[in-house]
Amino acid sequence: MAYNGGAVVAMTGKNCVAIACDKRLGVQAMTVSMEFKKTFQIAPKLFIGLPGLATDVQTLAEKFRFKANMYKLKEERELEPRTFAHLVSSTLYERRFSPWYVEPVIAGLDKENRPFIASADLIGCLDFAEDFSVSGTTSNQLFGMCESLWEPDLEPEELFETISQALMNAVDRDCLSGWGAEVIVITPDKVITRTLKSRQD
Amino acid sequence: MDTLVSKYAHTASSASFDTADNLGDNLAGWDAASQFALPTFDIPMVANPMDFLRAHTDASAENHIRIQHGTTTLAFKFQGGIVVAVDSRASGGSYIASGTVKKVIEINPYLLGTMAGGAADCQYWERELGRRCRLYELRNKERISVAAASKVLSNMVYDYKGMGLSMGTMITGWDKTGPHLFYVDANGTRMKGERFSVGSGSTYAYGVLDTGYDYNLSIPDALELGRRAIYHATHRDAYSGGSINLYHVKESGWEYKGNHDVGELHWEYQAIPKGPIV
Repeated sequence: MAYNGGAVVAMTGKNCVAIACDKRLGVQAMTVSMEFKKTFQIAPKLFIGLPGLATDVQTLAEKFRFKANMYKLKEERELEPRTFAHLVSSTLYERRFSPWYVEPVIAGLDKENRPFIASADLIGCLDFAEDFSVSGTTSNQLFGMCESLWEPDLEPEELFETISQALMNAVDRDCLSGWGAEVIVITPDKVITRTLKSRQD
Repeated sequence: MDTLVSKYAHTASSASFDTADNLGDNLAGWDAASQFALPTFDIPMVANPMDFLRAHTDASAENHIRIQHGTTTLAFKFQGGIVVAVDSRASGGSYIASGTVKKVIEINPYLLGTMAGGAADCQYWERELGRRCRLYELRNKERISVAAASKVLSNMVYDYKGMGLSMGTMITGWDKTGPHLFYVDANGTRMKGERFSVGSGSTYAYGVLDTGYDYNLSIPDALELGRRAIYHATHRDAYSGGSINLYHVKESGWEYKGNHDVGELHWEYQAIPKGPIV
């Protein structure tokens, strides 16, 4: 989990959710890329963040894209966040005895535009949260930041500020994460993606 | 009251310095030998103290003692003296314990030591070196040479070889024969050189240093080269970062050339157009 480094965090707000990740890809101590994003769009209002081993991050991102597309074609309806969370869980548990080294975070709005966030461990144990989900090498620091900054019913702009501050200050206490960040805020009528400038050390 | 104080007021390391009483006839209370004796340390009361230490500093140990490790430090000689530049990150595992560590140890107004490896080891032994250099000065009425000072340090740590000391340091200064630079580490290595970089980010720093180095560099250019080399190391090395501390060693002693935050420095450098390397 600490081979490539990385951090992902998701938060709920009032009729909105946000998911954010850092952009570092490293090989242990050596930073190789500052453009390695760890969040992927699954449906118009559904994203997954995949921190962990970079090779598995990319493989699984493709796997989930394929599975989500197949679901949409067969069912002829959008994939719901909760359904996708169970799809992720099952996919990971299939590898119970030789796992994918990723700890996913899922964030989205369901068909009633209710916020949904969840996280899973590397073999698919789901954890549904009402407030925030954190994952990656910076999880300890992120828990600390989220516990102190998050409050219920944040509006989209407030949620953006909260999740950005939480992530940027958390990665400044982790050697293996940082080098820029990306924040996605999902509201009922639009998805806002912003790139954050942050310390480059 | 005094007896009570004297009963409790002595530490393990000071014990061996207070041996004047044992000599009986030494009425002045001054014993040169004891002043230069090695300090003693408490040893854990187990069958094999080294195995005990190793077990508790091992990454897989249940209660792993984390010692500060990642670093980038550099020093080089040039026409105008010596430039010393260091980062300021202290990390325990992947956790950033501090971003404002002083990794240049000011031994005295003419001597500087850098810190890489165990922070406590570097601080303690370079302070002990400072004490011995002061004693040398008082006895001989002249400052110790950089060569002698660095040898005092390497001889001290050599006595503890294999006992888990961790330090990689550069001793720099200006004595009556001019500027000098030595690399000293906990293995007992002591090397004279023109330019050194030590720590997890040293390879990155060497890359910049070697391409930009020229003995005839002006003082501002040399300082900038040192700063830039450390900046590039903090950028690529996960375990280096924070801010850069710069020093210039000259005939009148060392001069502090400021603290430069890497967070802002990156965007400053980004704005400057890059010239050809060759």
